[in-house]
Parts: sequence; C-alpha cells; structure tokens
Amino acid sequence: MTSRLDRTFARLRQDGEQAVIAYVMAGDPSLGETEKLVVELERAGADIIELGVPFSDPIADGPVIQQAAARALRSGTSVRTILPMVERLRSKTQIPLVLMVYYNNIHAFGPERFCRESAKAGVDGLIVPDMPPDEAGPLKKPAASAGLQLIYLLAPTSTAERRSFVARQSEGFVYCVSLTGITGAKLRNVADVGKNVEKIKKVAKIPVAVGFGVATPEDAANVAAIADGVIVGSAIVKQIAAHQQEPGMVKQVGEFVRSLKTAMRAAQTKTR
Amino acid sequence: MNSVPNKQGRFGAYGGRYVPETLMPALLELEQEYARVKKDRAFQSELAYYLKHYVGRPTSLYFAQRLTKRLGGAKIYLKREDLCHTGAHKINNAIGQGLLAQRMKKPRIIAETGAGQHGVATATVAAMFGLQCEIYMGTEDMQRQALNVFRMRLLGSTVTGVDAGSRTLKDAISEAMRDWTTNIRTTHYILGSVLGAHPYPMMIRDFQSIIGREARRQILAAEGRLPDCLIACVGGGSNAMGLFHAFICDKKVKMVGVEAGGLGVASGKHAARFAGGKPGVLQGTMTYLLQDNDGQINLTHSVSAGLDYAAVGPEHSYLRDQGRATYTSVTDDEAMVAFDLLTREEGIMPALESAHAIAHTIKVAPTMKKNQILIVNLSGRGDKDVQQVAKMRGITL
Repeated sequence: MTSRLDRTFARLRQDGEQAVIAYVMAGDPSLGETEKLVVELERAGADIIELGVPFSDPIADGPVIQQAAARALRSGTSVRTILPMVERLRSKTQIPLVLMVYYNNIHAFGPERFCRESAKAGVDGLIVPDMPPDEAGPLKKPAASAGLQLIYLLAPTSTAERRSFVARQSEGFVYCVSLTGITGAKLRNVADVGKNVEKIKKVAKIPVAVGFGVATPEDAANVAAIADGVIVGSAIVKQIAAHQQEPGMVKQVGEFVRSLKTAMRAAQTKTR
Repeated sequence: MNSVPNKQGRFGAYGGRYVPETLMPALLELEQEYARVKKDRAFQSELAYYLKHYVGRPTSLYFAQRLTKRLGGAKIYLKREDLCHTGAHKINNAIGQGLLAQRMKKPRIIAETGAGQHGVATATVAAMFGLQCEIYMGTEDMQRQALNVFRMRLLGSTVTGVDAGSRTLKDAISEAMRDWTTNIRTTHYILGSVLGAHPYPMMIRDFQSIIGREARRQILAAEGRLPDCLIACVGGGSNAMGLFHAFICDKKVKMVGVEAGGLGVASGKHAARFAGGKPGVLQGTMTYLLQDNDGQINLTHSVSAGLDYAAVGPEHSYLRDQGRATYTSVTDDEAMVAFDLLTREEGIMPALESAHAIAHTIKVAPTMKKNQILIVNLSGRGDKDVQQVAKMRGITL
C-alpha cells in the first residue's frame, strides 16, 4: 500500500502542481483551534499538514515558532493530547499529517510506543529537526513497522557526501532547508535554493520540498518553480498569533493559505 | 575506560550528535580538524606556550593546612584553578578553541555563559587573538553576574541577553546554537563545558585535562602517592572532567562530582540531574536531564549561575553508570557556609560553583583518616560573586 504522502505527490505530479505544506503548532492557541485549522487549511488548498509538537527548547526554531511552542505548552499540549486530536481529525480528513517533533519528546514517550500510537492515530510521517539520519538508529525499525515515513532535512551547508547519504534515507520527500539559519529567517536568494534543489534531485528518488523563510505568496510561487513542494511555517504561525483573539481566526489563516496556493497556480499557468 | 567516546561520539549510551543538518558538516569538519591538531606538534607547543605564559600554568596544588586541621580528617589539597588568568579553569578550553578557530580561519567566535566565567575567558581570548566575539547570556544571569557582563564589554565583546525560558545558561546555549546555525560559515562556537554534540564533550575534556595531569604529578611529588579521592563541582562538568580524566585508570582513586542541590532536591528547585533526572536529549547530546514525563525540560535553580543547568556532560552520565564516579549534591545554604569557611580559614574566596565542592569536602573530610588525601578542584575565584553575596545578606555596596 502506498502512503498518503506518496499518493498526494503522485496526484500533484499528474496535475502539474506543487504541494503546499502548511505548518501549524499543535495546541496554539488550543488543540480545538488546531483541529479546525487543519480542516480549513485543507479546504484552502493545503496538500500536506505539518503539525508542530511543542518543545521547551527548540534549537532549530526562530522566535515566531519558539513563542508558538510556549503558547501551546501553556495551553497544556503534549504528545498525549495531540494524538487523540489526530484521531478525531482522521474522521474528517485524509490529508497527509506529518509531525515536526524534537527528539526528546519521542525519547520520553519511548520510540516504539511513540511510533505505534502515532501511526494508529493517523500520523503519516515524522520530521525530527535535531535528529540527523546518523542518530536515527533507535527510530528506524519502530517507524518502519508502524508504517511511519521518516523525512530528513538537507541544508545549504550540506556536502555532496551528506546530500547522497541523507537523500537516500529520506522517505516521502526530502526537506530542503532554503537558507543557512533557523525557521522564520528571511529568504534572500531563490536562485541559490534552485541550484541546491537541482543537486539534491540528482541523488534523491523522491520529491523535494523547500522550507524556511517562505513568507509571502510571491515567495511561494518562486519556490514552486524550482521544487515539488513549498513548506510554509512561521508566516502561518504569525497569522495565527495575530488573529488568535478573533472569532474569524481560522478563516483568516485559511485565506492566507489560499493566497499561497493561488499564487503558485498562477505562476504555473504562466510558465506553461 | 580511556577509549570513550567512540567514532560516533558515544560514551556508552550517552553523547552523540543530535543537531540540525545545517550543523552536521561543521561538526564533522571540527572533528577532523581537532583530530589533526591533537597530533600536530606545532599546535600543541603553541597551546603549551599560551597555557604557561598567558594563563599562568601550572597552577599550584596547595595544601590547605588550616582547613584540614579545622575539619580534622583527610589532608585537603586544593587545585588552584582560581589562579588562572581570568579567574577560573574556563580559559584552558577557550585558549585551545581560540587557536583552533584561527586554524579553521573563522574570523568570528561566539559563546554562551552562565556565571560569566566562560564568557570572560572567551572574550579575553578574542581580544588577544583579534577575533570578533559575541557572548550569549540569560538575562537572569546578567543580573546576578553584572560585573562579568561589564568585563566582557570592556574586553570588546558584544554581550547579548537571552530572555527566553528560565533566562539562564540553557537558554543562552540554545541561542548560541541558533546563531551558529545562521553564521556557520564565518563563525566558530566556543562551547564552554563538556556538553553539546560530538566532538565538543571530548575536545573540551581534552583541553581541560591539563588540570588532572598537573595535579597527578604534583600530588606524587608532594606525597609520593596518589590521592584517595577527588572532589569537583559539576554544572556541565568541565572542571570535574578536567580533574578526573588523568585518574580514570587509577581505580583506587575515588571521584566525586557535586551538583547544585539548590533549595533541596525535595523542593524541586535544584539542578541535581543525577538525583532528579533521567536520560534524554538536549542541545545536541544524550545525557541525564531534568525533565517532565513529556520530555519538556524543567526549570532549574541554584545560587550559582554556573551550576544552574538542566543537563550534565554525557561522559559524567557514562562514568556514573559505570560506577567509576559518584555524584552527590549540596544545597545553596551549604555552599554559602563553605564559601565563608574557605574565605576565613584559608584566605581564599571560592567561586560559588567551587564552594559546592568545598561544601561536600566539609561533609566527607572528617569521616576520613588523617593519612588519607583529598584533592578538591577550586575551579574559580569568588570575586565575581561578591556583589551577589552582599545582596543576599542585605548589604548595599
């Protein structure tokens, strides 16, 4: 059986489109809102949802996602409360759901139990930002037997050796970090990102999605021209933070994601 | 036992390299470069030169006669790292990594600091080698170590406050890692303790191991035999690893690490990782951590900024599991009593971190025989803490 992630990328390829991969921090401002957001973002054009698991010390994240994690922790969010939400979501949507989770949250749960219960709830894959494949030993087997895909990251600093090592182990897609830095930093040079994606594509047999620093519909359209997917995190989290007191927050964030998808489609039609 | 870590940077189950991919190439480069300089005569003699003429090594191994008499048990020797230039052992590592940064042609260095001692040491090395330098420090620590903040600025470094989490050492390390991730092409990160991803815990241990090599030689010269026990405070644990390393194969020498017990382990306000923690991953390494059941890192407390940290160096976790070293804790109050005692009995004002080692000495020395020997690592001097001690006693200077 192919995975939800594989099927989604196959469908997009047929349609000549690129994936919008939308990141939200689970539990920011509450898990109830996260649940509504996932459904709305799918409706607005998101193809894959990345759910952040809040960690107290997120070393790969900039201030926007750090603050979202702090809000989520304050609202009482943990793996134990996120998985039941995922299970509820699965009765409403079949959109691929990927957890972005720091390794200590997995370790505290126990890698085997974490993989088993995540897959059972309906999670499709894991992105562990502080776990390069070199350290993935204890996670590989439990993930494989639970049917979870492990998605690895490549960076602008990655050497040729790292590129082929990491790309070959990644499942679902390769997460190409656009810039040398942390989430939410400013993306300056899309041409350089394109060169890096080209190099990764030479060694990867799976789609390549680009994330970090994609903040506007224009950024999304530019990145879509060079990659199979566009990951948008801090810009969405910023929208959630800005509208969190308003009853229309979910719709507002949906509108933003719709603007990303629209810009990507428009750019696609132009080049055709 | 001397063969740790292995090629993956593992000390048994601990250590490793849990970092974002962006950092991996830099860590692999650092590992290779460090392996080269370890065998490079020119590098080693340059390091030896600076340790002797700039830092002031060897530091003395001082027989604390009055303290020994007062406690009425084992003979107490103090390894006087407080006499190093800048006032603590931290400079041993900062010099080594400063030389390495120059080799790797990195014009900029960054560091985190808790008590400010590693920050001052790094700022000092940056001034001497002409490197651009930025130091990250929790805003809580900036307040209690205001003097060291000013010293770093006098030395020409930028001190950047970190206002996240507990606003202490842990948060400063996270911010330094983020800076390094962003500026990795131009910047070397001089981590200050035996923490973080491989090769840092090994490399910093090696740079600090001069402490134990000297102490071993000095005690053999003074007493004609090895000590019965070594005592050192453990925050990240670099002064302790520095003292312990040369004695690891001397199985009869006991090694004791002293953690910050804060307001008491039962209160939950402490930094005693081995008493209240369990293994996990923080800031690049697998080790004992103070964390909750979900793996969120707990806030810590200690009177001493340098020990106020939720993780411990991975090699300490290994030594503890192997039973080669034991770990205990003393409270803030016990450390303050020790601070006063050493100041009054010996005329040596210890850093509040080192006062934790003295506090444990006060407990164990009287239980030992008069012909037994203790070596206590006096890792730093207390000048930086004078303002804080005055404030705690309600005195305005």
